[in-house]
Amino acid sequence: MKSAIDFETYLAITQLHAAYASAVDANDWDRWTELFVDDCIYRIQPRENYERGFPLATLSLESKGMLKDRAYGIRETLFHDPYYQRHVVSAPNIISATADRIECEANYVVIRTKLSELSTVFNVGRYVDSIVRTSEGLRLAKRICVYDSEMIPNSIIYPI
Amino acid sequence: MNIGNESIQRRENTPWNSEGTSRIPFRVYTDAELHQRELDAFFYRNHWCYVGLEAEIPNVGDFKRTAIGERSVVMSRADDGSVHVFENVCAHRGMQFCRERHGNKKEFVCPYHQWSYTLKGDLQGVPFRRGVKQDGKVNGGMPADFKTEENGLTKLRVATRGGVVFATFDHAMESFENFVGETILHYFDRMFDGRKLKILGYNRQRIPGNWKLMQENIKDPYHPGLLHTWFVTFGLWRADNKSALKMDKHFRHASMISERGNAQAANDVSKVSSFKESMKLHDPRFLDIVPETWWNGPTAVMTTLFPSVILQQQVNSVSTRHIQPRGNGEFDFVWTHFGYEDDTPEMTERRLRQSNLFGPAGFVSADDGEVIELSQKGFEQKPEHRALAELGGRDVGDTDHMVTETLIRGMYAYWRKVMQQ
Ligand code: FES
Ligand SMILES: [Fe+2]
Repeated sequence: MKSAIDFETYLAITQLHAAYASAVDANDWDRWTELFVDDCIYRIQPRENYERGFPLATLSLESKGMLKDRAYGIRETLFHDPYYQRHVVSAPNIISATADRIECEANYVVIRTKLSELSTVFNVGRYVDSIVRTSEGLRLAKRICVYDSEMIPNSIIYPI
Repeated sequence: MNIGNESIQRRENTPWNSEGTSRIPFRVYTDAELHQRELDAFFYRNHWCYVGLEAEIPNVGDFKRTAIGERSVVMSRADDGSVHVFENVCAHRGMQFCRERHGNKKEFVCPYHQWSYTLKGDLQGVPFRRGVKQDGKVNGGMPADFKTEENGLTKLRVATRGGVVFATFDHAMESFENFVGETILHYFDRMFDGRKLKILGYNRQRIPGNWKLMQENIKDPYHPGLLHTWFVTFGLWRADNKSALKMDKHFRHASMISERGNAQAANDVSKVSSFKESMKLHDPRFLDIVPETWWNGPTAVMTTLFPSVILQQQVNSVSTRHIQPRGNGEFDFVWTHFGYEDDTPEMTERRLRQSNLFGPAGFVSADDGEVIELSQKGFEQKPEHRALAELGGRDVGDTDHMVTETLIRGMYAYWRKVMQQ
């Protein structure tokens, strides 16, 4: 059910990706949660599980409430070595679109920089997204970060 | 202080310069030569090491590549349904022939010179074994006394129990049941009670710390109620929970057994800064805990089987965590989450939701990897120093509480005996 989208929509999707990267790279978890609809899915899942049909994800959140709980966890409950992260996201590949829902994918690279350390490639993969139109503009109904970097360099604290 | 010849020598040969094991020399984490000896003494000899779950290779020809210590091994299911483990090193000239991490095969063929092996690891085909005929003459070929039976892959001895597969390079090894011992076997059987397992998926992380630190982390009931806010705040694991610590007779394996209580109750234990009385989840489904009959009481049992694996039951989340060392300063940690064949879809969903607490991004596990990394950094900068494990005294023994580091002292009592340190 592939249908063409107009340039304006494509631009808005690109802008959503940019806003997302900007939020998570700025550690602005409130802005991150607001890019999702209430009834959303957010997963960070190893490519192996995704492709073999194993349901386990490294992180699996199923509502905006869970995203908020993660944000609280990062701020208040999870001890971790602080780090910067920097996302580079490719142009979106539109898989299908209807009037109010777009299925699309984009490649991403996340570079991690620990304080006083060199920058290293932290996590690479692709976003598998469902994007919906809302009165506030485009929002994520589903984002699965399917990552190639199956051997995680110790831990993942911040959202990808 | 009297430093005679003898004690100088002792100090050169051994990191331990005190009695007992309540003071652990940093050198046991930083010394590359000690690490080689540990691999040999714990992973390659005299211990059953974790390989995987039978449910990972349900069909004939299924295989999985994994590791014992720092050696790559393959677990496979042969035509007669039996499970085999062999070393991933070609009998010809040593190539690590299996590169896929899992799959299904009729036979294993080394790409280099195409020696082929059965699913049991026996050599079955050697190209040009009888030579190559050319102009009426046979060129080359293997010597007449070459026997395929004598040139198979290095096979390991295999033990399976409750759907879990262990293997050892040591063919003179005692039985798996003896190795684990009655006390810990009870908790093993509790979790692996014969029901078929259902694989939910994997998580893999590379932790830049000595592999023993992960064993210690799960022999350390002191930290969860302090480091992990979720545990103490929601009463999942805190110092005033009804609990017990049990070991095998060698002190190498242990179970930490705990029953949930006192969620969010403020008392002595909750004076710690990680306790957050008013903390409420926006989405309580993370902790939608439903007791299961097989628990028989405890809401959490964490079992360390030395040296290679941790068996996790934390409320409805169950997993194996496989330790694969990479030199003295790093190890890979592979989580296999699973459920049981009779789980309802709701129970599967619940196990998956609760798995958010564990693994490399888990609410109460991501920080374990972080503290291990930073502990290793501390050891590296001060290798002549030592750690202190004296909570609950300096001796070793089972307890009916968790305000103690006795399991760590126990593990090092065993370590010292085996390593002759
Ligand atoms: S090294 Fe494997 S066939 Fe030669
Ligand atoms: Fe922990």
